[in-house]
Amino acid sequence: MTISSSQLRTTGGMATWSTHPWVRFGSRRLARLVISLLALVTASFLMIHLIPGDPVRSALGPAASQSLVEARRESLGLNDPLWVQYWHFLRSLVTGDLGTSITTGLPVSDVIGDRLPATVQLAVAAFVLAVLVSVPTGLVMGVLTRGGRRPRAELSFTSVSVVLAAIPEFLLAVGLVYLFAVKLAWLPVAGRSTPASYVLPVLALAIGPAAVLARICRVELLSVLQTDYLRTARAKRLPAATIYLRHALPNAVTATITLGGLLLGGMVAGTVLVENVFGWPGLGSTIVSSILSKDYPLVQGVVLVYGIGVLLVNLVVDVALALLDPRSTIRES
Amino acid sequence: MATRTKSGRHGWAAVIRTPLGLSAGLLLLLVLLLAVFAPVLWSHQASAIDTDHLLEGPSASHWLGTDNLGRDIFYRVLVATRQSIALALLATAIAVVTGLLLGTAPAVLGRRAGRLVTAVVNVAVAFPGLLLALFFAVIFGVGAKGAVLAIGFAGAPAFARLTQTLVAGVAARDFVAAARIAGAGRIRLLVRHILPNISEPLVVNATIGAGGALLAFAGLSFLGLGVQPPAYDWGRLMGESLNSIYVHPAAALAPGVAVVISGLAFNLFGEAVAKGLGVESIGVTRYRRCSEDSAQPEAPTSQYVVEDVVLSVRDLRVTFLGPDGPITPVRGVSFTIGHGEAVGVVGESGSGKSLTALAVAQLIEPPGQVSAERLDYLREPLLDTPDADRRQLLGTSFAMVFQDPTTSFNPTKRIGAQLAEGAREHQGLTRQQATTRAIDRLRAVRVPAAERRAGQYPHEFSGGMRQRAMIGMGLMGEPALIVADEPTTALDVTVQRQVLRLLESIRTEDGVALLLISHDITVIGQVCDRVLVMYAGRIVEDLPATALATGARHPYTRALLAAVPDLDTDLEQPLAVIPGRPVDPGRLPSGCAFAARCEFADDRCRTEDPELETQLDEGHRVACWHPQVVELGWPIRMGQR
Repeated sequence: MTISSSQLRTTGGMATWSTHPWVRFGSRRLARLVISLLALVTASFLMIHLIPGDPVRSALGPAASQSLVEARRESLGLNDPLWVQYWHFLRSLVTGDLGTSITTGLPVSDVIGDRLPATVQLAVAAFVLAVLVSVPTGLVMGVLTRGGRRPRAELSFTSVSVVLAAIPEFLLAVGLVYLFAVKLAWLPVAGRSTPASYVLPVLALAIGPAAVLARICRVELLSVLQTDYLRTARAKRLPAATIYLRHALPNAVTATITLGGLLLGGMVAGTVLVENVFGWPGLGSTIVSSILSKDYPLVQGVVLVYGIGVLLVNLVVDVALALLDPRSTIRES
Repeated sequence: MATRTKSGRHGWAAVIRTPLGLSAGLLLLLVLLLAVFAPVLWSHQASAIDTDHLLEGPSASHWLGTDNLGRDIFYRVLVATRQSIALALLATAIAVVTGLLLGTAPAVLGRRAGRLVTAVVNVAVAFPGLLLALFFAVIFGVGAKGAVLAIGFAGAPAFARLTQTLVAGVAARDFVAAARIAGAGRIRLLVRHILPNISEPLVVNATIGAGGALLAFAGLSFLGLGVQPPAYDWGRLMGESLNSIYVHPAAALAPGVAVVISGLAFNLFGEAVAKGLGVESIGVTRYRRCSEDSAQPEAPTSQYVVEDVVLSVRDLRVTFLGPDGPITPVRGVSFTIGHGEAVGVVGESGSGKSLTALAVAQLIEPPGQVSAERLDYLREPLLDTPDADRRQLLGTSFAMVFQDPTTSFNPTKRIGAQLAEGAREHQGLTRQQATTRAIDRLRAVRVPAAERRAGQYPHEFSGGMRQRAMIGMGLMGEPALIVADEPTTALDVTVQRQVLRLLESIRTEDGVALLLISHDITVIGQVCDRVLVMYAGRIVEDLPATALATGARHPYTRALLAAVPDLDTDLEQPLAVIPGRPVDPGRLPSGCAFAARCEFADDRCRTEDPELETQLDEGHRVACWHPQVVELGWPIRMGQR
């Protein structure tokens, strides 16, 4: 968001930069991001040191010679004092150096760079699909069932969305594979070779959150339709479309976006399971295989990337909320 | 314990009686019984290796077929119940206990340490549970033990946040403050007074959380990070059979179905209990079926003639469908408003005055229904006018001012735009023209720095200024009538005067008629020419404002007047009130609705409803069998019942 000159003007000449709500919001939000980021980096650094026993020994296996373990410990810097290691860790992070994978010997940043696009594609496609389906569905259901109209449509909508939301994404994935890949043979079982292979993973990831979002969206719209300001809009005798789209929608989507952000954060994590069902060559398969092979530098790097992904999503959500509902920049304290 | 809240067992028992609660409870019981007994009964069948029947499909001897060692999948799914449920419950216990410790830490520890814990929880809560679980799985290692700890700790931040919220809610209550003043220590306060009061929501959420833990555990085992062979749970069974889903889908789907069903059982039971306990505390108010509506007398047709009538209403009714049948909070209201006339409607809350205003403004939303023998605005019958014409008519000539200016503006749109949009819609103005008009109108209602203010959001306005902007919104067109529904109730007294003066000046300068709704009879008396007094959905008296001070005839009007304190009111004495309570529109008595509260009521009042009839002089209508003609001037005694 760029702060337009008109917004600065409307808040008045007396408002200096430091008291402008957008500046205050921005700095507060930035501080929160930095703190969360520091916590994330520290946690992922400490992760390796919290593992009971010697991580290098457990990574190389009991057959490895003591001298090899020592040499590897030395090369990873694990014999330095903790704060020195932390300092080195931070320094190399800034330069984009995430260490070297124990199993493959490749730089962790290369592995991540290789794998990240597939995961991002999956998560973004699923999120876009979920939002495009759920928000209109929820709003239309809200309009149709407002004031207790069409009780039967409401009941079926609610029960379908409750059940869909209750099924975890990896079970849904298995079910989808069974139905569309095994039974009907319409779509590939796994992999990421053709556009068709995107369909099932994206669906598996999107259906649950879409069900939740649609429900929230409907409930939010219903509560917005009850508000005084919507009555004011009706008192202005605006056409129904204007009332719903201009007055109800922006207010109904604020809560939807808050929840959507949480769901998107959850989707980032959900990719781990879905990728493993579909053999998707993304970060999700990487983190599981690296945990199983005790490739700790790689685990550390992937955890960091996932964590940063979640933090970015949260940031985007907060900014979007602030744009849609100007009160939210002021309300939070 | 004295400080316990009262919902308790009664709520839980009530949950079992609802269909959803009962079925979820039975399902949960079944799952728990399976967890206890399935391994005892069938672990032999589940582990029997049959090399003659490898990876077979469903058959009579193996209902769901066999796995790659020829073991029966049906029994394996049943036996896996214990492992799956036990691990999920263990993880939930860890999550709840850790969450409780973290969540109560701010209350037990000092300020600074408490803040640190809160900050840590706040950061952790921002990350999805699965990510946290993977993080902890790295630390605690692959395997059932590691996965239990991982899921437990991953769930802890959410429970910590819940505990914090609950503790904060309880800690603010009086009995905790009393205990604190009595010198109870922090720990004692927490254990004796706070924890017992948050145990119920915690247990409910732990039940729901157990469902989540079950799914999460299935996920970790599915990925190979949880239960390790030869042990197996549902997730493990799924993960192992995924590769053979082509040849043997049942092996992958059956454990999945088991996970979903058990997860749902925990979830739904928790939700049902939460709902049951919640409903118990809120309490449901139900409308009773209203008494014979057809027995209502026809509204009188006598009207005193106004030359230029803006609004003419005859036998207006507003009906809602209550849970026990229709209720009619407005029952046959008739009145007219002349050009430039100010008419006030006064009555207690629930008298139907606001609904009358909304019905006149065509703002009653279905399922509410408006009917009237006549509802003419500027000679247009509103109920029969096509929608588009009606919108155009009302959009340009009818202004509405609502009670609470804080909630009546859309918080997400700028004030200027909210004023302008009606004019763009109905008067065909461009955005530029409409904005200019909006600024002009803001100036007309004395909003200072109108141009700058037009670009601001409602929350940047003060209450009084917002109400003036609302009036300005009504002036965007050429209004013939302003309907103001309690326009000053939400404002403080000095601002009230400003808003009323503004309405008065608009009326006198522009000849706009005013329908002013208020529960404050003095406000009405000051501003209006004529007063309609409403009680239980009907007009009980219609009199000139000048007659208010001395000529009110209806006992209810007189009671309203007597309840107004003035400078002579003896503050040593209790303030005058109208005894009894307003009538529930769903439970109307057969006679005069006010009879039960009226000192003059006799048997006729209790059986026959009086009609609104012209009394003595033109322009004064009263619906009463015993209109009081004694001049007001000496204190009115209120009925003592």
